Amino acid sequence: MEPQAEYVLRTVEERGVRFVRLWFTDVLGSLKSFAITPAELETALEEGMTFDGSAIEGYSRIQESDVLAVPDANTFEIVPWRGSDAPTARMFCDIQHFNGDPFPGDPRHVLRRNLVAAREKGYTFFVGPEMEFYYFHSSDFPEPVDNAGFFDLTHTDMVSELRRHTITMLEHMGIPVEYSFHENGPGQHEIDLRYKDALSMADDIMTFRLIVKQVASDGGVYATFMPKPIQGAFGSGMHCHLSLEKDGVNAFADPSDEFGLSQTGKHFIAGLLRHAREITAVTNQTVNSYKRLILGYEAPTYVSWARNNESALVRVPPAKRGREDSTRIEFRSPDPACNPYLAFSVMLAAGMKGIEEGYELPPEATRNIWEMSDEAREAAGIGSLPQSLDEAVTIMEGSELVKEALGEHVFEYFIRNKRDEWNSYRQQVTQFELDRYLSSI
Amino acid sequence: MEPILVFPDPAPALLAQTLDLAGYAWKAVSNAAVATQQEPKAGWAGAIVVADEDPEAAFSLCRSLRKRDSVLEPLLLLISGAQLADLEQRDDHFDDFCLTPFHPRELEARLKHLFHRAGRGPAAEILEYGDLVLNLETYQAAFGGNPLDLTYMEYELLKFLATNPGKVFTREQLLSRVWGYEYYGGARTVDVHVRRLRAKLGEEHASLIHTVRSVGYRFGVSRFTPHD
Repeated sequence: MEPQAEYVLRTVEERGVRFVRLWFTDVLGSLKSFAITPAELETALEEGMTFDGSAIEGYSRIQESDVLAVPDANTFEIVPWRGSDAPTARMFCDIQHFNGDPFPGDPRHVLRRNLVAAREKGYTFFVGPEMEFYYFHSSDFPEPVDNAGFFDLTHTDMVSELRRHTITMLEHMGIPVEYSFHENGPGQHEIDLRYKDALSMADDIMTFRLIVKQVASDGGVYATFMPKPIQGAFGSGMHCHLSLEKDGVNAFADPSDEFGLSQTGKHFIAGLLRHAREITAVTNQTVNSYKRLILGYEAPTYVSWARNNESALVRVPPAKRGREDSTRIEFRSPDPACNPYLAFSVMLAAGMKGIEEGYELPPEATRNIWEMSDEAREAAGIGSLPQSLDEAVTIMEGSELVKEALGEHVFEYFIRNKRDEWNSYRQQVTQFELDRYLSSI
Repeated sequence: MEPILVFPDPAPALLAQTLDLAGYAWKAVSNAAVATQQEPKAGWAGAIVVADEDPEAAFSLCRSLRKRDSVLEPLLLLISGAQLADLEQRDDHFDDFCLTPFHPRELEARLKHLFHRAGRGPAAEILEYGDLVLNLETYQAAFGGNPLDLTYMEYELLKFLATNPGKVFTREQLLSRVWGYEYYGGARTVDVHVRRLRAKLGEEHASLIHTVRSVGYRFGVSRFTPHD
């Protein structure tokens, strides 16, 4: 038995763990879980646990429905929110066919495959996300908790307490926090996570979303990662700080360059920009995501890069002098409702394509792109991000890059599912239409 | 650990096999004189005396081993069920006994227990640094009596650092020593795990793992610069 597995078995015994939760993720990015008892743990670690995959969004079709969940012993953690009376632990699982082949619908496998491809060229991919979310009184209506006027003071106290408690839980789960603060919107908060390798970070984001919601619910409020819950207020994004490491050094850094960027870094940005429109359906996967990607709320709408320009899709934050290690790029379109495994997969694929093909980096957008005329933007070669899920899915459908990154199984399911989502949305008669047309037409 | 004395010579085949599989060093002797003559400098680690073939010689050996200036212990006696009555009045000749034919796992468990009680041999190993305690046998770590919930790699990293307090390691050294050469991942993997560990140690104790600027990491107080 591998030492990791032995460690897990021993810890479960020593700590009197009563239940071990096995976690995995469906194609749309929802966390799935089932619990096993310690008695089953050894079998689970060695052989995996059988379950019916047809019940999971985007997994198997009926005729091949049984799959195996094989726990990744490296991800074993005792969960802090279940108390110490009957400790509960969790492990992330890899989904496999009975013959041991990875199951193509498993998002964790999709990311792992893309990471291996980058690794074969010597690169390790690191991500540090800025997680934004709102606290509301309930999930029925987006009423922010700290905009309640009369109870302002108590509510504000309660919210900072919530955030403090959340961060303690995160640290207990080995998720270090870099910054946390109240964001622009009423009831909106941001917690920035320290960068990690992309697979650990995708696992962490799944854990993060659960902890934020759990702590909020324990505190009697509701936390949401919906990209644009309130019209007229700031949306919730998930800006991702990206970097590559090669031979133990930051592959994006070149202190002698005007932007502090190496050729590799420039090619990577060029790849992200050139394929940005193709990958947006994955990084922004809901109908609601596109209500965030509009002008006026510091969300990107155009495909451009800059050092200090809130409207740019890719920002190159200044690295501290003498700390080339901190050189990174910030990709600003993703929102926290995405499936992090798939989103990281397509971001990496786009950037790697830029490196492999040696894409030329377009000039920096030094002017505020929002103020440029359409003609000026076109002349500068600055495209627009898709404006709706419909447009994004249509562009994605024609993308060889996304198809290759996600694999056929996930690619096809994703498009089918998102087309369905768009079609149900299209059938709605909205308040906007009633207000605008009913009395005048 | 020094070898265990085994009587008689040659040792019964099953006993020899059990000891070998359990990883004990041992040496068979035929009488008390040979036992003294062959005794290692640091003394025998213990003795296993098989009494079901030649009880008289066996008990005589026990007596001499326990009457020396430094009493040989622990001593495990192997006897047949019919000899149980012989144990009376001989309490001081042995520490524990096991009936023959013995079950290898029982013998192994008894030996482990005996050596543990004697404070020798493969017993639970405890690593302590201030309030930090690592139990190397059970893989558990605790700080000030409170258990730390660590992942496998966090535990391995903490164990390695706590085994070498005050010593500075580069990220590359930690990668190769803790993760092994098989592991793919760059030096930043080390940073990531150090951060995770610090987060779990809590704010007050996070400084137990020092960052040594542009070199790597050091656990605990430096031997050379106690105040930095």
